[in-house]
Amino acid sequence: MTGAPMIEITGLRKSFGPLEVLKDINLQVPTGGVVALLGPSGSGKSTLLRCLNLLVVPDDGSIRVGNTSFTFGKSLQHPKVKPLAAFRSRTGMVFQNFNLFPHMTVLENVIEAPIYVKGMRRKDAVDLAMSLLDKVGLADRANQRPETLSGGQKQRVAIARALAMTPEVMLFDEATSALDPELVGEVLQTMQKLAADGMTMVIVTHEITFARDVADRVVFMRDGYVVEEGPAREVIDSPKMEATKNFLSHFHKGATPR
Amino acid sequence: MYEWNFAILWDYRWVFLQGAGVTISFTAAIVVGGLVIGLVAAMCLLSRFAILRAISLGFIELFRCTPILVQLIWCYYALPMLAGIELTPVTASLLALSCYGGAFYAEIIRGGIISIDPGQKDAAAALGMTPALAMRRIILPQALRRMSPALMNQSILQFKNTSLVSVLAVPDLVYQGQMAAHDSFRPLEMYTAVAVAYFAILFPLTLFVRSRERKFGDNR
Repeated sequence: MTGAPMIEITGLRKSFGPLEVLKDINLQVPTGGVVALLGPSGSGKSTLLRCLNLLVVPDDGSIRVGNTSFTFGKSLQHPKVKPLAAFRSRTGMVFQNFNLFPHMTVLENVIEAPIYVKGMRRKDAVDLAMSLLDKVGLADRANQRPETLSGGQKQRVAIARALAMTPEVMLFDEATSALDPELVGEVLQTMQKLAADGMTMVIVTHEITFARDVADRVVFMRDGYVVEEGPAREVIDSPKMEATKNFLSHFHKGATPR
Repeated sequence: MYEWNFAILWDYRWVFLQGAGVTISFTAAIVVGGLVIGLVAAMCLLSRFAILRAISLGFIELFRCTPILVQLIWCYYALPMLAGIELTPVTASLLALSCYGGAFYAEIIRGGIISIDPGQKDAAAALGMTPALAMRRIILPQALRRMSPALMNQSILQFKNTSLVSVLAVPDLVYQGQMAAHDSFRPLEMYTAVAVAYFAILFPLTLFVRSRERKFGDNR
């Protein structure tokens, strides 16, 4: 492990039309670190996450993940298709709505990118996929269609699919928000295991208890700014800023049971 | 009172069969040609380059907003003059009908592609796929399935549009019917037979499309 952080963001800005969603964001995530992005909806946390793998291309600032960095600005060119794709292939992302490929089986979902993006041999890709499906507890569902799975199972397949590209970091965009309450636990458990294995993770979540237990650091955002940032327990248990206190007060009483 | 004589049709069975063969092969060719043109035009419509979008839109509207009969005649008589090339009636017909079909297929394909959840594109991109690979492996297979009833409906129209090639003396079902009518002085029987032949081919096809639509409606 080197001293340099795995993810480094400096001076990041993004506007959608007249609306400025990210205003000068600076953030570092150490290798193996788990950072939770918290904040009310519209605070910019999902946009920030989508900037991390350039699904949203920032207007200004710079992003470095591992050894690849991009700098953005008015005078600078929009990154080209190929480098962009290569960069994204090393960042895994898990979406709120799973976004599994419905015309493929579970196994085909997982082997798709290793074969067609990395050029892995089919047999190797299948071996890799089966071991990952086993890891998320779904090896027996390999030949089923996504539509036959529960939400929690779908999300675990989505995690396996992202892991199949052996990413350097994993990004979770409200991965449990679309799930029935009784299915949240199995997905959080999978994420917790991943964190314990040393994966660098950035998590947008509303599961405060989970953020407190699993994340090393918490970043609290509001209106496109980072309002407060610090060790997870410290920020969640004794927030310093008024906005953070307000936001967390909605959760403490009714924290999600786990 | 007119005396119908359908028995005479038997004498012309080979003429009709030949015509049906031409009509069917023509349809196959212009469905394939139209789909290829339509796919390319749809991709251009969805391109990030404004110039490609403009060209594609111009092509589509040109062929959607002029009658197919005029296009056929224009392709045969005017296009060779302009381009300084010689076109056989068959080539001119294939060209005009494929482009005409392509214009309509393009709109169907574009609609099918944009109906796919944008999350699919995000997921493909997040896995490191280029937009072209994502289109080929993720978006198009889903879109094609979704739009297959509409594509089949358009193909049925293509089948009927082939009847127009008779004006360029391409020996399709209609042209052969005309020949038989002149020869036998029995136009009523002959055109009735032509109509029945079209119906006999298309009716089972429309039933098939209907069943596909129903099946499709179930799992949406």
